[in-house]
Amino acid sequence: MTAESVHITSYRTYLWVLIALLFLTFVTITVTWIDLSALTVLVALVIASVKAYIVLTWFMHLKYESSLFRVLVIVVLAIYALVIGLTYFDYLLR
Amino acid sequence: MTAENIHHPEPSYLEYRGKYKGLLGWLTTTDHKRIGLMYMYAMMVFFIVGVILGELMRLELFRPGQQFYGPQVYNGLFTLHGIIMIFTVVIPGLAAVFGNFAMPIMIGAKDVAFPRLNLFSWYLFILGAAIALSSQFMGDGPPDTGWTFYAPYSVTTHTNVIAAVLGAFVLGFSSILTGLNFIVTIHRLRAPGMTFFKMPLFPWAVYATAWIQVLATPIVGITLLMIIAERTLRIGFFDPNLGGDPVLYQHLFWIYSHPAVYIMILPAMGVVTEIIPTFSQRRVFGYKAIALSSMAIAFVGYFVWAHHMFTSGMSSTARWIFSLLTFLVAVPSAIKVFNWVTTMYKGSIDVKPPFLYSLGFIFLFMIGGLTGLSLGSLATNIHVHDTAYVVAHFHYIVFGGVGFAFFAALHYWYPKMYGRMYNFKLANIAFVFLFAGFNLLYFPQFIIGLMGMPRRYFDYLPQFTFGMQLSFYGGILLAIGLVLMLYNLFQKNGAKAPANPWGGSTLEWTIPSPPPVENFDVMPEMGPDEEPYDYK
Repeated sequence: MTAESVHITSYRTYLWVLIALLFLTFVTITVTWIDLSALTVLVALVIASVKAYIVLTWFMHLKYESSLFRVLVIVVLAIYALVIGLTYFDYLLR
Repeated sequence: MTAENIHHPEPSYLEYRGKYKGLLGWLTTTDHKRIGLMYMYAMMVFFIVGVILGELMRLELFRPGQQFYGPQVYNGLFTLHGIIMIFTVVIPGLAAVFGNFAMPIMIGAKDVAFPRLNLFSWYLFILGAAIALSSQFMGDGPPDTGWTFYAPYSVTTHTNVIAAVLGAFVLGFSSILTGLNFIVTIHRLRAPGMTFFKMPLFPWAVYATAWIQVLATPIVGITLLMIIAERTLRIGFFDPNLGGDPVLYQHLFWIYSHPAVYIMILPAMGVVTEIIPTFSQRRVFGYKAIALSSMAIAFVGYFVWAHHMFTSGMSSTARWIFSLLTFLVAVPSAIKVFNWVTTMYKGSIDVKPPFLYSLGFIFLFMIGGLTGLSLGSLATNIHVHDTAYVVAHFHYIVFGGVGFAFFAALHYWYPKMYGRMYNFKLANIAFVFLFAGFNLLYFPQFIIGLMGMPRRYFDYLPQFTFGMQLSFYGGILLAIGLVLMLYNLFQKNGAKAPANPWGGSTLEWTIPSPPPVENFDVMPEMGPDEEPYDYK
C-alpha cells in the first residue's frame, strides 16, 4: 500500500558479505579439527546462525525493509525454536 | 461505486476468450476465479472416489467376520481413503477453492499477487494426486500403512509406500506455494484504504491458514523424504533396528499434520463468519475477536501436536504440557462459536440453504470440538486412543466441520460463480439427508468406540454389530444427500442470479454475477470512515 522504496546495495557491501561468509565457512571447517566434545553441534549451529543472519540482513535486504518484515521473520524463527524445543523437551525428560 | 461496477460491458470470466478457447483456455488460465473452479472440479472427483472407498469399508463392516475382502485389501482401502480425503480434498479444501475464487475480490484485488504461480500450484496439485494414486497400480501393491505412514512399519512394509509418500510431498509443495501467494496478495493487493482491520473476516481466515501452509508443510515434506531415504538408503532415522527412533517420526509427522487440521478448519470458520451475518441481516458481532482468534488458533495450533501421541511412550511431563496446550486451543475456537451465536441473536434470520449448512457446521463442529477435549485429556485418551471414538471425532471435525462449511460456501457463492441460482427446496432436502445421514453414520462410532471397538480393523466382535449397521445405513443416507446436492448444483438452469442475491455486504456482491475477468471496473477504495461490511 505504501510507496515502494527501492534500495540498491553497493558491490562493496556484497563483497563484505561474501568475505564474511567465506571466512565463517573456513571457521566451520577449522573447528572440526578441534575436539569440542559436547559443544560440537552447538558451535556449528551458532556459526551457521551467524551466516544466516548475514544473508537475511544484507543479501536479502531485511535491513532496508519496513520493520514489519523483521517482525515476521522473528516470529517465524520463534515458532521453529519453540517447536524444536518442545520436541527435545520430550527426549530430555523421558 | 456499486452502480458503476454492476453495469459492466466486459465479458464474464466464464465467457472470456483469451489466446485459447475451450478446455485449453481453462488449462492455461491465470484467472484466480477459474483456478478456484479447477481446484473444485478436481477435488470433487477425488471426493467422490474417497466417498466410494468409505462406503466400501462400511460394506465390509456390515457384519462381523470377513464379508467381501480380507484384511490386506481393507488396510489398502482405509489408507487410500485417508490419503485422498486428507491430502487432495480437505487440505487444499476451502482455501484453494474459495480462497482463490472469493478472497481477491473481497479485498478489492484484480487477481492474486502471482497468477502464474497460482496455476503452477494447481498443476503440482494434480501431479501430486496422480503420483499418490499411482501407488495403487505400481510396485508391490497398494500401501497399507494408513494415511499417517507411521514408522517403522512404513519403512519395513513391502507395499508401494514410496509413491504415496512422494505424492504427498508434491501436494505439500502445491500447498506451500498457494499459501505464499495468499500471504503476498493480502499484504500487497488490498484496496487502497483497506487496512488489516477493515478486511472482511474470510480473508483474515485465509491469511492465518496461509501462514500455517507456509510454515508447517516443509516439516512434513522433509519427514516424508526421510522415510524414502530410510527405505532406499537404509539411513536410520526411525527404525530402531537401524538406530532410529519411531517416536521421532510421530513428532515430525504431527508437527505438520496437527496444524494441517487448522489449514482445513480456519477457512471453513471464515466462510461461516461471512454467511451467518448475511442471513441474520446483522453486522458480525465481535469483528476483532474473530479476526484475532483466527491468528491465535494458527499460533497455538503449532504447539499441540503431541496430543496424537499420548500412548506412544513420550515423557509424562511432555504429555501433560501438550494436554494443557490442547485445552488452550479450544479457547479461540469457542470465541468464534460464541460470536456466531451472538450475531444471530435478535437478528432477522432468513433460513436459506447457505445458512442452513452453516448451522449444520456449528452443530457438528461443536460435537467434534468437545469430543476433542475428552481426547486431549490424558486419562480418557488412554481409554479411547485408536478406537472408533477417534474416527467419529475427526469425521465430525473434518466432514461435519470442513465438509459442511464447504457445502455452505458452495451454496453461498454459487450464484456469484455461475451467475445462476439453484433450487432452494432441493438444496434443503439434500441438507436433511446429509445431516441425518452424517449423524447416523458417525454418532454410533462414538458409542462403539467407548465400548472398545478399535479403529482400522476389518473384523469385530458381535456386540458392535448394531452400531456398525446403523453407520452403514447412515452412509447410504449421506450418499443420497450428496447425489441430490450435486444434481441440484450441476443443473445450472436456475434463474439468472442478480449481483447480490443474499444482501451480502462485502465487495464480491458489488460486481456482476458471474464477475468480469478483472473483477472491478473501477478500483474500490475505502474511506477512513468506512467499515469492513459497508458494501450493500
